[in-house]
Amino acid sequence: MIEPTFEVAEYGRWAVMRVTGEIDMATAPRLRQHVQTVTARNLAGLVLDLDRVDFIDSTGLGVMVGAAKRMRMIDGGFRIVCSQKHLNDLFRLTRLNEVFDLYESLEEALTSVEGVTVDGAGNPKEAST
Amino acid sequence: MSEDFEIEIPPTFEHLAMVRSVLSSALEAEPVLKEERLQDLRLAVSEATTNAIEAHNRNGTQAAVGIRITVADTKVTVRVTDQGGGFDPSKLKKHPPVTDPERLEYERGLGVTLMRRLTDGCTITPTKNGTTVTLVVHR
Repeated sequence: MIEPTFEVAEYGRWAVMRVTGEIDMATAPRLRQHVQTVTARNLAGLVLDLDRVDFIDSTGLGVMVGAAKRMRMIDGGFRIVCSQKHLNDLFRLTRLNEVFDLYESLEEALTSVEGVTVDGAGNPKEAST
Repeated sequence: MSEDFEIEIPPTFEHLAMVRSVLSSALEAEPVLKEERLQDLRLAVSEATTNAIEAHNRNGTQAAVGIRITVADTKVTVRVTDQGGGFDPSKLKKHPPVTDPERLEYERGLGVTLMRRLTDGCTITPTKNGTTVTLVVHR
């Protein structure tokens, strides 16, 4: 088992959660808990970065559906970063690609976010005022 | 010619990763499937095992869940057998289309769909005490 990690960084009123490892029925509750904690804040948007996820099952997809719902309820943005072919195939297979805003890179996902800039290495930072 | 690998796991979700790992190892020695199809099968088997463990938990049984992997020249077959009391797949609750805003009310319910779409064959057979799910992926 590749234990998952959940690293959250906030840029203004947007949060980026980088998820790594394997998300299945054993570990999805931890993802759900982290998503709930983050979405309980007064966010304008949440970006879920799945580029370093090794495995995800339907339970993990369900947590994302829940996250999309929570962000929709507060009129917030919800974006997913995923460049892995297998995971993108999974989104297409379940038609969740029609529900989620999917991006190939974090840089792309944060392009239009007010108050955030992304440096040459793809690392976001709050724009200086 | 075919080769069988059989494992039994306690009905806890912490064992899902082990099942996926055993499947990968069983197919590693003599790769029958391309990496992409192996990933499909890993996910389908994980979904079937998740359902089996859930059925045991619902039924309050501590009996083991059985996973049998048969590797043949042209296909891989995985049978996941539980003793969770069984269920009727035709009575699975139908969710609204995924694009319907109401679909966001349902966080579960994609497992059987994935098993069916990711494999070349998925059969759900009631047994005396539970269910056997047979998943087949061709080379």
